[in-house]
Amino acid sequence: MLYIKCPHCGMRSQNEFSYGGDATVKRPELDKEISDQEWDNFVYNRKSLRGKHWELWQHLSGCRQWIKVERDTATHEIFNTLKANEEIS
Amino acid sequence: MSQSFRLENIGLINRDKKLSFKFNGVTYYGYEGDTLASALIANGVHLVGRSFKYHRPRGFFGAGVDEPYAIVQLYRNGETEPNIKATEQELFEGLEATSVNCWPSVNFDIGAINNFLKIFLPAGFYYKTFMWPKSFWYKVYEPFIRKAAGLGVASTKHDKERYEHKYEYCDLLIAGSGPSGLASAYAAAKNGARVILAEDKPRHGGTLLTSEVNIGNQSGREWADGIISELKEMPNVIVKNRSQVFGYYDHNMLVMSERISDHLPKTKKFHPKQRLWYIRAKEVLISSGSIERPIVFGNNDTPGVMLSSAAKEYLKVYGVLVGRNPLIFTNNDSGYETAIEFKKNGVDPIILDTRKDPQSEIVDEAKNLGINIKFSHVVVAAQGYKKVKSADIAKISDDKEQLGKVESIKCDCICVSGFWTPTIHLASQSGNKTKFKEDIDAFVPGISKQNETTLGAANGSYVLEETLKSSFEAGQELSKKITNNDNEISFPNVAEKKSTTHDKFWCVPLPEGKNYKRFLDFQNDVSVSDVEIALKEGYRSIEHVKRYTTLGMATDQGKTSNLNGLQLVSNIENKVVPNVGHTTFRPPYTPVSIGAIVGREVGKHSKPTRKSPMHSWHEKNNAVFVDAGVWLRPRYYKQGNENLFEGSKREAKNVRTNVGVCDVTTLGKIDIKGPDAAELLNRVYTNAWLKLPVGKARYGVMLREDGIVMDDGTTTRISENHYHMTTTTAQAANVLSHLEYYLQLVWPELNVNVVSTTEQWAGAAIAGPKSRDLLQKLFPNSDVSNEGLPFMGFIEGDLFGVKARIFRISFSGELAYEVNVESDNGNFMWEKIMEVGYEFDIQPYGTEALSTLRIEMGHVAGSELDGRTIPYDNSLEGLLSKKKDFIGKRSLNREAFTAKDRQKVVGVVPLDKKTSIPEGSHLVKDSNAPLPNPKLGYISASCWSVEHDNPFSLAILKDGKNMIGEKLFVMSPLKNKVIPVEIVSSHYVDPKGERVRS
Repeated sequence: MLYIKCPHCGMRSQNEFSYGGDATVKRPELDKEISDQEWDNFVYNRKSLRGKHWELWQHLSGCRQWIKVERDTATHEIFNTLKANEEIS
Repeated sequence: MSQSFRLENIGLINRDKKLSFKFNGVTYYGYEGDTLASALIANGVHLVGRSFKYHRPRGFFGAGVDEPYAIVQLYRNGETEPNIKATEQELFEGLEATSVNCWPSVNFDIGAINNFLKIFLPAGFYYKTFMWPKSFWYKVYEPFIRKAAGLGVASTKHDKERYEHKYEYCDLLIAGSGPSGLASAYAAAKNGARVILAEDKPRHGGTLLTSEVNIGNQSGREWADGIISELKEMPNVIVKNRSQVFGYYDHNMLVMSERISDHLPKTKKFHPKQRLWYIRAKEVLISSGSIERPIVFGNNDTPGVMLSSAAKEYLKVYGVLVGRNPLIFTNNDSGYETAIEFKKNGVDPIILDTRKDPQSEIVDEAKNLGINIKFSHVVVAAQGYKKVKSADIAKISDDKEQLGKVESIKCDCICVSGFWTPTIHLASQSGNKTKFKEDIDAFVPGISKQNETTLGAANGSYVLEETLKSSFEAGQELSKKITNNDNEISFPNVAEKKSTTHDKFWCVPLPEGKNYKRFLDFQNDVSVSDVEIALKEGYRSIEHVKRYTTLGMATDQGKTSNLNGLQLVSNIENKVVPNVGHTTFRPPYTPVSIGAIVGREVGKHSKPTRKSPMHSWHEKNNAVFVDAGVWLRPRYYKQGNENLFEGSKREAKNVRTNVGVCDVTTLGKIDIKGPDAAELLNRVYTNAWLKLPVGKARYGVMLREDGIVMDDGTTTRISENHYHMTTTTAQAANVLSHLEYYLQLVWPELNVNVVSTTEQWAGAAIAGPKSRDLLQKLFPNSDVSNEGLPFMGFIEGDLFGVKARIFRISFSGELAYEVNVESDNGNFMWEKIMEVGYEFDIQPYGTEALSTLRIEMGHVAGSELDGRTIPYDNSLEGLLSKKKDFIGKRSLNREAFTAKDRQKVVGVVPLDKKTSIPEGSHLVKDSNAPLPNPKLGYISASCWSVEHDNPFSLAILKDGKNMIGEKLFVMSPLKNKVIPVEIVSSHYVDPKGERVRS
């Protein structure tokens, strides 16, 4: 079971969180004209990376904040966690 | 015959407490502190089972978790448990056990005929033989094999025992309380670290219980006892026995199973049987020791052939002789220790040593005691069927290829020592890259991935002084990192006998003209020839060889067989063992009972049960409940002998003619506040929200980004910047997360707060033509007329002194209201509604009537909004704003979503107006078309229309828009039904929606 550092609450076990997908995907702005390809990339197309990966988790049974977690998908090592409003560098 | 193999003056058992037990129906006696195995051996019982494949007689091979043979069916307190190791099961008064895998009895087993058919049962036998004809597998082969093979029988009864889970955090978790575990625990504890010391066996001390060593002027065992009692007194230490750390998971999470009651005749009141510990440790010290390795020779599975360390343990811990004429077969000094113990207890052993001329203190001691030692000798084969009667032995050449003349010597047990295999399972599970250690012919932990350190014998160190030294240091260093304390511990003097090197010999060649079975894996009957066949057939990867031959796959997971298997593969392949590699070690290290894994989450505790504040009223009034997610909701209120169909019909009819009341507390409720609340709703819902006035509710549909409907519900503007959102019961949690996602990550600039208030409000839906009259009586001071409270209006009112919110919204399609009060007042509200409603012939209605009402009205709900449909499919396209953007809008112009013949919700009526239509049935054009019959749609919800008094269903139908009036067939192969139907509008009742506005 992963041990995730919530930037708001500290180290918590994985069973308090729910997974939320790729953290680097940006939703296109509202009312913006975009191509089908761009929209498909946002809705469907994901890289299933092996290795370091920024992903979203929600601290569902804790502070309910969405956080960003940098994790290795192969080894499960967690390198960094950020608050929702912090930019991935 | 009463405990005739028990010695008088040796052992750690409690001779003051004699226990009786039954094995295969025969009563025996043992002592408190015995295992079932030691008590049986004390009584001279060595035949305990039959082997998996050939049904050969099985005895005892080890004395602990490594035991491959002695697996029994246990009976305890009216319950039965399969596949219990007799070597682990502690004896208690009244214990009953039977052999497994034998029929009709362990002494006469019909399956043993396989033993004579063994040339027909080679590796991969099942794969090869039973594949043809294909249909025979299910009908003939599999049932037969299942009867003939397999181990114990699982109980089919509900397990009455209690199992618990516990979460614990510590600085150091130490797995194993042998010398290294004790030393490291002591050093770390003295340094102030929070320590958990876990021991699988009932007694702490590991090898110190059986070895002749001195630590600090005490015997090893006394030193261990002293350390344990000191540790138990320390507040920062948890000492656990009967506790197996069986799994090492990510981020230093380890799982341990504690057997709390298995050693007792029955579980004490309020105690669990077992407890599963989830331990998050900063550092893990693995001191799990080593398991002795067998030497492979002919008939090496005969009862009476066992590990030499096990023989020593039976002697020193339990005071039990495994035989009176022991033969010790060894390639190292460990066998001598066992021989010396026999000699000291008045039994004359014979040692066969594969080595030519070993020189060490232990060998000298054996010589001085006058023990008969034959160097350069091997056991060629054990003789005897149900117990060893003699051994064929021979001299072996220096190159270990040639056997001398075979002679027979009498013996009643053969104690084998082929050196030691470190128990690296936990380290390997943690991701450690193991390495091969040449001098011990075994793998040891290498590079750590997690915070784990392996010590002592588990790390391939067999010198006590070294083990203690490195363990004290490790405990000290690791705890220092955590606590910053640096308490020096004085290192005790250690006195032990020095050993010399072992002989890298593991398999006795077959003598000319003999074809003895030489077993590698004892539980699964995998012999040397099986592995040879597998390799001949082209299997190379050790993982494939394992699966093809079942080497190392049994309940003991090859604890005694793996390394010899690897040796054989590397010999045949002309490789070295490290190049062959070992198979993956996966948790659990030892079998874990399903009960322990499930814990308390059984039956109705497998999920929480949520009840509305009115639950007790429903119970008192004969509600029949149904699970709605985690909620319990009344399905109908039973009157007399009514069934569900009759009851729900009565309730629904009463709503259409008088007035009904339904508990709608379970609906999800989200409180939304902030200056940008309207903007959030406008983006989340498909329709326009910016102009909703205060005091008004609006129905809204929200989509996922892929255009699929996520949820629907009404949201009411309570005040300028305050909204009350309702969601469906099922989606409440998801919708809240969804809103939080957009507010926190996508549009953080919106100044809005959302919080769930589902449990804060109790809700009652009052529906029916008389509902306004009732409402007026409930709220005499409020104007609830059609003008004062129009459709989709909202007011606050006073319900006999209780503050209430009144929404004029309708799910049933009738004139209807929803009244919300704070949860604590829910029951008060409900009772008032029933009391005042009496004169209007009010009846409560459950979810079944609720469904009936909404289905015949054509209101879509969860069965249509099923995660596969878009707004158009549900005839909700009128709610899609063209003027503004919203979540999922961009997806709606996808080709499939805009197709001319896109599916749409329709109504379905059987032509005979009688036959009920099963939900989930398919709609087809031609009921006689060849299969697969093209499917045009599916029935999403069915009811008995109370308005029309005939069956009515909703369906999602291809080109539904143009299908009204068509005649189709409903097919339900599951129910074997074909029903001719007519497609009608989904709005079967009040298609213009006049009633809700009346």
